Amino acid sequence: MKYTFKGGIHPNDGKKSTENKPIVQLNAPEEMVFPMVQHIGAPCTPCVAVGDDVAVGQKIGDSDAFVSAPVHSSVSGKVKAIEPRRHPNGNMVQCVIIENDGLNTVHPDIHPYTDADGLSVSDMIKLVREAGIVGMGGAAFPTHIKLSPPEDKKIDLCIVNGAECEPYLTSDHRVMIETPEYVCKGITLIMKILGVNKAYIGIEENKPEAISAMKACAKAYDGVEVKVLKTKYPQGSEKHLIKALTGREVPSGKLPADVGVVVNNIDTCTAVYNAIAFRRPLISRIVTVSGSGIKEPTNFRVPVGTPFQYVIDSAGGFNDGVEKVIMGGPMMGVAQFDMSVPVVKGTSGILAFTSKEITPKKNAPCISCGKCVSNCPMNLMPLYINAYAQMGDVDKCLEYNIMDCISCGICTYTCQSEQLPSQNIKRIKDEIVKRSRKQVK
Amino acid sequence: MNNKLTVSFSPHVRGEDSVTSTMLDVIIALLPALVGGVYYFGIRALAVCLVTVASCVFSEFIWDKATGKENTIGDLSAVVTGMLLSFTLPVTIPYYMAAVGGIFAIIVVKMFFGGLGQNFVNPALAARGFLLASWPVAMTTFVAPMTKLNLFSSNADAVSSATPLAYVKGIEGAQAASYGDLFFGNVGGCIGEVSALFLIIGGLYLILRNVISPVIPFTYIVTVGLFGYLFDGGFMNGDFLYHILSGGVILAGFFMATDYVTSPTTTKGSFIYALGAGIITGVIRLFGGYPEGVTYAILIMNIVTPIIDKYVRPRVFGTGRGVA
Repeated sequence: MKYTFKGGIHPNDGKKSTENKPIVQLNAPEEMVFPMVQHIGAPCTPCVAVGDDVAVGQKIGDSDAFVSAPVHSSVSGKVKAIEPRRHPNGNMVQCVIIENDGLNTVHPDIHPYTDADGLSVSDMIKLVREAGIVGMGGAAFPTHIKLSPPEDKKIDLCIVNGAECEPYLTSDHRVMIETPEYVCKGITLIMKILGVNKAYIGIEENKPEAISAMKACAKAYDGVEVKVLKTKYPQGSEKHLIKALTGREVPSGKLPADVGVVVNNIDTCTAVYNAIAFRRPLISRIVTVSGSGIKEPTNFRVPVGTPFQYVIDSAGGFNDGVEKVIMGGPMMGVAQFDMSVPVVKGTSGILAFTSKEITPKKNAPCISCGKCVSNCPMNLMPLYINAYAQMGDVDKCLEYNIMDCISCGICTYTCQSEQLPSQNIKRIKDEIVKRSRKQVK
Repeated sequence: MNNKLTVSFSPHVRGEDSVTSTMLDVIIALLPALVGGVYYFGIRALAVCLVTVASCVFSEFIWDKATGKENTIGDLSAVVTGMLLSFTLPVTIPYYMAAVGGIFAIIVVKMFFGGLGQNFVNPALAARGFLLASWPVAMTTFVAPMTKLNLFSSNADAVSSATPLAYVKGIEGAQAASYGDLFFGNVGGCIGEVSALFLIIGGLYLILRNVISPVIPFTYIVTVGLFGYLFDGGFMNGDFLYHILSGGVILAGFFMATDYVTSPTTTKGSFIYALGAGIITGVIRLFGGYPEGVTYAILIMNIVTPIIDKYVRPRVFGTGRGVA
């Protein structure tokens, strides 16, 4: 039986150019940029000063806030500057700039394998926090918070998200093929922390190699089971993954923990294993560099802090006619305009698109075809929210459940006219969030 | 590489469907029925179709020019309206009436209300209603299939023939048609409505191409059949198939009732809309003054559509009965 959900689309997946390419280790360039915000939550404060020597894995920024994750250096060298630099999200953010000495001196806290048996749950959560681990699917929510759900929420299932439904991205795919045992070990640790004895790894059926690799590996781990999902965007959405695998619906405005589930990305599991077994912080990640604008599409293991330009050059550079550069996937990724921005913990891909992928729509009004309604995975009516959003009528938007929108982009994707419902809806959603924050203050 | 990169919110890729490609699909889906019409009623059927299409496209072109708007005839929606209008006309209709119908459909029903996407009723059907009220005799004079017709001079002396629905109505001299004749289209009627076979081929094409959902055609056609079966000639005594195959039910079910602009956007809403249209069609056919009720049934449900869409909404994920 294959698991799925209602709604969704089948965009051109573009994965062919990188899905069979093994992960290539990328060495860090001379100058590395570490933004103090690489997660959802409070920004970190630098805990090094200009001129300090730093080692690989050394903490360079931290925060007292609960919802936050520390930042570590991925190279050894000298702190050159602490100044605002451009972040891939478009804002100027406080960054620690480190000059790489190329020696890769490892910080003494990182050490060879230690058994996790003696560790208590709170010790392990502390290690995950200290390692600065965040969700690596793209949202970058601090993992230690996910692993410490409130007392009253009974968790009975751990789900590992290997759907990778975004077109073009193949980073999780390669991790599952190349290092399935690290993933499984990480899952076992997460199960231990959460006190559950069951874990599902959900993988879309368009990745048969990953499915067989994970299945073969999972046999040796008690309670870990691979579940094959139908290929459909946005199967990797947390809510839809839970719905497909368990039939449970996360109530509007609530979290997966409210239905007894914690979802983690494939590579987050690897990071948890590294953090607990080797005390190794999150200092590198797999980045798919692809799209028709890239000369040699590749899956890289990139040290966090590496500027985009260096990563792109390592993939042969740009082809002619690049119109758009995106961090993440084409459906939910963030468009970039400055190639000096660094790879952060949530950078699952760097895509360069030419007119081949980006075709403007002909000018036409909404004809109420209803494709946005029938394909909306949240069962919303985007055409009406779009109309009210354009008028700026926030109350009407709320009446049409705008805050349940997950910004998957399907309404804009399926739209036959030149309307941009997803974009208009996001603008109003951001406004509503801003307003409610103001009210809280 | 130049330095000009486009920056926008996601998503960054879009599907291939456009308004024009959808309209083109509808035109393709209408072609078999047009061929059927030409086969049974001769080349004059094609001439009527060309007149309405030209009249629709030209009206839109002139309107855009006169109001200083961007030229919109390239979206092909006027071509679809023109083809659909001709399908609802008898083959003997004078050309100028057909042309007036096209002008009414585009200028009054579509452009007066704001153009594509803004009309509150189906332009082709509204124009048919207008013509029916203006020239009732010309609009209800039908000839038997395979009648030789003049292409350019008047056909007033052509032998008229009753439609299969006149039989249902008990009109004098009307005879029942066989299922076979109804299915293939060998009966009197409007240009595009007679051949169930050709219409179904086109309708299936639209469903397979994912242009329309089967909900509206299926619900509408079955409802009309059931209504006929239940209430024609006593209770549960009617002819299910005869009611479906005669008149414009299949044409309307696949091509008129499914018009995006004037039908609900949700599946549940579409079902209610098609059910309502089916019942009204049956009521007019059996209890009303006209032999055929398709036109007015769909026009009425077109007007109800905004209310259906306002109150019949899908259950939002994570609310209602989905949450244990």
